[in-house]
Amino acid sequence: MHLKYKIQGGNFSKAGFASSEVKKILRQLSIEPKTIKRLVVALYEGEVNIVAHAYNGLITVDIDTEKVTVTLKDNGPGIPDIDKAMEQGYSTASAAVREMGFGAGMGLPNMKKNTDEMTIKSVVNEGTEVIFINYI
Amino acid sequence: MKLSELTSKIEGKVITGHSLLENEVEYAFASDLMSDVLTVDKEDILLITGLNNLQTIRTAEMAEIRFIIFARNKKVNCDIKELAEENNIAVIECPWSVFKTSGVIYQLGIKPLF
Repeated sequence: MHLKYKIQGGNFSKAGFASSEVKKILRQLSIEPKTIKRLVVALYEGEVNIVAHAYNGLITVDIDTEKVTVTLKDNGPGIPDIDKAMEQGYSTASAAVREMGFGAGMGLPNMKKNTDEMTIKSVVNEGTEVIFINYI
Repeated sequence: MKLSELTSKIEGKVITGHSLLENEVEYAFASDLMSDVLTVDKEDILLITGLNNLQTIRTAEMAEIRFIIFARNKKVNCDIKELAEENNIAVIECPWSVFKTSGVIYQLGIKPLF
């Protein structure tokens, strides 16, 4: 199964819509609730990151019998230092993002914690691509 | 403790989730930082927060949280109410500070996560 969601940067009223849709589909597939929770928490953190930092983005979700592969690709400022971005507490988020309850530098580390495999590629002034895999 | 009893002890007003009032509440967590809430491993807990926006409900949806108290007299708007109803989440408004709400709930025997 292949799912695709366009994400608009800066639009916090829609942030989480894609994650919510994916959650509903995973439930319909009778995947174990703990597995769904890990996956959607990681996906939601990633979706919020696109809304918070990028101009726009695309989330694709591929579900097969043994795993779910999620790709979050955005057009945005990119991440100059990925190692630093993975440190808990490091954030470049705006005041508006913090007002929404995010931007504390916990998103990427929490994504890592809730995924089985995760890779980040980023080019400054172009964008970021995060791919993660969770086995089901 | 049942959610209905807990609500009356904190002078709370039930906005959504009337069907959940007979559910037992065992654990609670207080935070205005949704990133913090997303690190919580336990499900079906009570969240006490002063952050009243759509992302609070989205966070609860992803983290499998079924009960939310909006403290500091924060009011729930139509969008928040609608999203909470859609996800079968009980939302309660409370006039007290997060500190007082949490303190009273702790005294009622609701357990902290850590």
